[in-house]
Amino acid sequence: MSLLFYIFSGVMLVFGLLVVVNRNPVSSALSLVVSFMGLAALFITLNAYFIGVIQILVYTGAVMVLFLFIIMLLDIKSEQCRKLNYVAMGGGVMIVLAFVAQLTMILAGYAPGKQRLVELPGDAAVHQDVKRVGEALFTHFNFHLQLLGVLLLIATIGVVVLSRRQGEGN
Amino acid sequence: MMPSLNEYLMVSGLLFAIGFAGVLMRRNIIIIFMCLEMMLSAANLSLVAFWRFGNGQGMPAQGYDAQVLVFFVIAVAAAEVAVGLAIIVALFRARCTVHVEDLNSMKG
Repeated sequence: MSLLFYIFSGVMLVFGLLVVVNRNPVSSALSLVVSFMGLAALFITLNAYFIGVIQILVYTGAVMVLFLFIIMLLDIKSEQCRKLNYVAMGGGVMIVLAFVAQLTMILAGYAPGKQRLVELPGDAAVHQDVKRVGEALFTHFNFHLQLLGVLLLIATIGVVVLSRRQGEGN
Repeated sequence: MMPSLNEYLMVSGLLFAIGFAGVLMRRNIIIIFMCLEMMLSAANLSLVAFWRFGNGQGMPAQGYDAQVLVFFVIAVAAAEVAVGLAIIVALFRARCTVHVEDLNSMKG
C-alpha cells in the first residue's frame, strides 16, 4: 500500500512538473492528464473510490479534452521563440521554496498526523462508497445539489453567450 | 501498511506548489489555467486525506460529507473551466494572442 502511494505520488508530481516545464501546450495538457490519473489513484488508496472515478471521468475525460480542443482550435504556436522572463522565474521559485519550507516545518510539528493511517477492512463492495455518497447527496444535500444544477445551467448559457461572435444574431 | 496523513498532506502541498509555480512563471494563459486546475485538485487531495484520517476506527467509513464537498468542488471547477475557456477564446478573437504580457491595455 505504501509502495503504491510512493509510485503514484511520484508519477503525479513528475508529470505535474512537466506541465510547467514543457514549452508546447499540447505536451503540457497531456502531462496534466497523466498527473490527474496519478491523483485519482491516490484518491483510491484513500478509500474514496467514488471521488477517484469522478476525477478520471470529469478531469481527464471532460476537462482536459476541452483544454486540448481549445489548444488545437486556437492553433497556438509554442513559445520556443520567446525569451524567458527571469524576474518572474526567480520570484516564482523563491515564493514556492518559501511555501514548501513553511509546509515542511508545520507538518514536522504536527504529531497526530505522523502515525500511519488505520487500515479500513474490506474493498469497495464492503464500503458501498457510491451508495453512501449518493444518499448524502440526495437527502441531506438535496438543495445544494439542485443549486449546483442551476449553476451548471448558468455556466452553459454563459459559454454560449461568450462564444457567440459579436454582432451576430441581433 | 498505510502511509501517514502527513505524507499525503506533503504530496498535496507539493502539487499545489507546482501549480502555483506554473501560475507565477508561465506566460501562456492556457497553461496558467491548467495550473489553476492542478491547485484545485491538490486542495481536494488534502480534503480527502483529512476525511480518511478522521475515519480510522477499523470499520467501514462513517460520514461522507467530505466526499460530497469534494464532489461539489469538482463540479464547480468543471463549470469554471467551461466559462474560463470561453473567455480565453473570446480574448483570442479580440486580440489574437494568449500571452499575458501582450495583454496590458489596462496598465496605467
